Amino acid sequence: MIYDRPSLQDTYGNYIDGAFVEPVDGEYFDNPSPIDGETYCQVARSSDADVERALDAAHAAKADWGRVPASERAQILNAIADITEENLEYLARVDTVDNGKPIRETLNADLPLVVDHFRYFAGVIRAEEGSMAELDSDTVAMHVPEPLGVVGQIIPWNFPLLMAAWKIAPALAAGNCTVVKPAEQTPVSIMEWLRLVDEADVLPDGVLNVVQGYGPEVGKPLAQSDRIAKVAFTGETTTGRLVMQYASENLTRVTMELGGKSPNVFFESVQNADGSFWDKALEGAAMFALNQGEVCTCPSRILVQESIADAFTEAVVERVKNITVGHPLDSETQVGAQASNDQYKKIQNYFEVGREEGAEVLTGGEVAEGVAVAAGGDGEPADKGYYIKPTIFRGHNKMRVFQEEIFGPVTSLTTFKDVDEAIEISNDTLYGLGAGVWTRDAHELYRVPRAIEAGRVWVNCYHLYPAHAAFGGYKKSGFGRENHKMMLDHYRQTKNMLVSYDEEPMGFF
Amino acid sequence: MPSSPPRVVATDDAKAVIDQLRERHGPLMFHQSGGCCDGSAPMCYEQGDFRLGTSDVYLGDLHDCPFYMARDQFEYWEHMQLTIDVEEGRGASFSLEIPLGVRFVVRSRLFSDDEYARLEPVEQAAS
Repeated sequence: MIYDRPSLQDTYGNYIDGAFVEPVDGEYFDNPSPIDGETYCQVARSSDADVERALDAAHAAKADWGRVPASERAQILNAIADITEENLEYLARVDTVDNGKPIRETLNADLPLVVDHFRYFAGVIRAEEGSMAELDSDTVAMHVPEPLGVVGQIIPWNFPLLMAAWKIAPALAAGNCTVVKPAEQTPVSIMEWLRLVDEADVLPDGVLNVVQGYGPEVGKPLAQSDRIAKVAFTGETTTGRLVMQYASENLTRVTMELGGKSPNVFFESVQNADGSFWDKALEGAAMFALNQGEVCTCPSRILVQESIADAFTEAVVERVKNITVGHPLDSETQVGAQASNDQYKKIQNYFEVGREEGAEVLTGGEVAEGVAVAAGGDGEPADKGYYIKPTIFRGHNKMRVFQEEIFGPVTSLTTFKDVDEAIEISNDTLYGLGAGVWTRDAHELYRVPRAIEAGRVWVNCYHLYPAHAAFGGYKKSGFGRENHKMMLDHYRQTKNMLVSYDEEPMGFF
Repeated sequence: MPSSPPRVVATDDAKAVIDQLRERHGPLMFHQSGGCCDGSAPMCYEQGDFRLGTSDVYLGDLHDCPFYMARDQFEYWEHMQLTIDVEEGRGASFSLEIPLGVRFVVRSRLFSDDEYARLEPVEQAAS
């Protein structure tokens, strides 16, 4: 079935101090949907003046919000989760139009995870507590977690609502006010979500502010501001370094999530028996196509043991050939549109890089023509969306398609002889965000994931993102973690109260 | 011996965008990114806005703008000539061309054996 395309506003401004406001300069940019490549609305092209306005609102709100009891903050987060859940299908459709991802993913992954994320942080903040230590009979050290105050959060475009939730939920749970900059490719779904949250009037004004616009005009002044206590960034390495450089000017705290080139490692024992686990492993190999490959942890390298390489490769290629690329609002579609034209072109450039370096195309390697999507309301097929066929290259790990994040439905397959070589190839990368290990061998099950230098190793699974599992990078993939209650400490600082109950002077002076 | 072939070149479209940006922002620099989202794309900044490190290498000038890359990334790129072009689009990064509704993109081709033999080593970007 094809879900209805939601009718959306013609223009979107900013959300500051609990109100939807126009940008100070009154400028807007055209916003196309990747589904059909056609502009369907205008979005605020904000400037540093809007960032300052948002920071004013956040600073005005921070003292009160920081004193709101955890029980009440939890209720608010739960209310946000409920609002999201009640409007799940609508928000899924908006997210699909915004980003181009298939509706079955927004319905079954992105939005349910948003809901769960708010509920998770609503839960953990209730159970959280500081500590007290008796240093001697009259002296006590209390450790009290306190919010940072006002934080800046820069959201990527690959999961517009989910990545916003990953950042907003813990920041609010920890008692901070935030200024959020959505990605300029996907500015709409967060505004529709905010409209629902705003209508329910659950959040105090100024606690959550969203400023739309371009990176150099909004992201930069936000990251450079001396009025934020922390900046959280998800993106690529050069901008990550730049954000850290800006942050260093004010000793602002930073956390960075900068992508990866995740190995998905298949040992020979996966083939020991037919049946569901073999099937699960093949599905695991095809997971590179999830979200059109626009995932920081995309399993964009398949490493398969030589002894099973032929049969495994044949089965994976067969499975990938059967992936349906199509209209993102069609419930049958498995791979939708890439999020923007420049990504679409970049992926095509990597097809050339792969071929130039001698990688063999096992399947795909070209755009998917003829995905006819009725454009912007006129009912005519546009055939302008950004559709790419899921692609498998075969080659060796020194090739650029094995080393660089393509951010498309593209993976590169190579083989290994034994455990040592599997680990060596897995770690021969600048990055260390995700990895997958597939085996029935009890020894490999523990040793290989421990030996892989990555922050998240999926063992006999892939692409699961529960709120209760820490996510973040090793090496050039960044630092700091998202998800899990440990995330709260990236949004808090520790107050130590060192208390003496002794009436007697120390006797020094 | 013939001179070293350029490691990085600009298309006419890219040159036009560089000229436009230079008029507004003054001298520019490029740094090739890696990683997710807008990774693997060249970033254009005002000269000096991005702090270079000893970990970066200088590949040459792109239409009079110095072009840099992290050394560890360059190890995988050193055998290819990079052509910087522009496409319509909207990267989410701090690259200066984004408000123009275009994005710098990089195309790559293998150097021939002859060209490769003539390449001069890259210089460290900062000391």
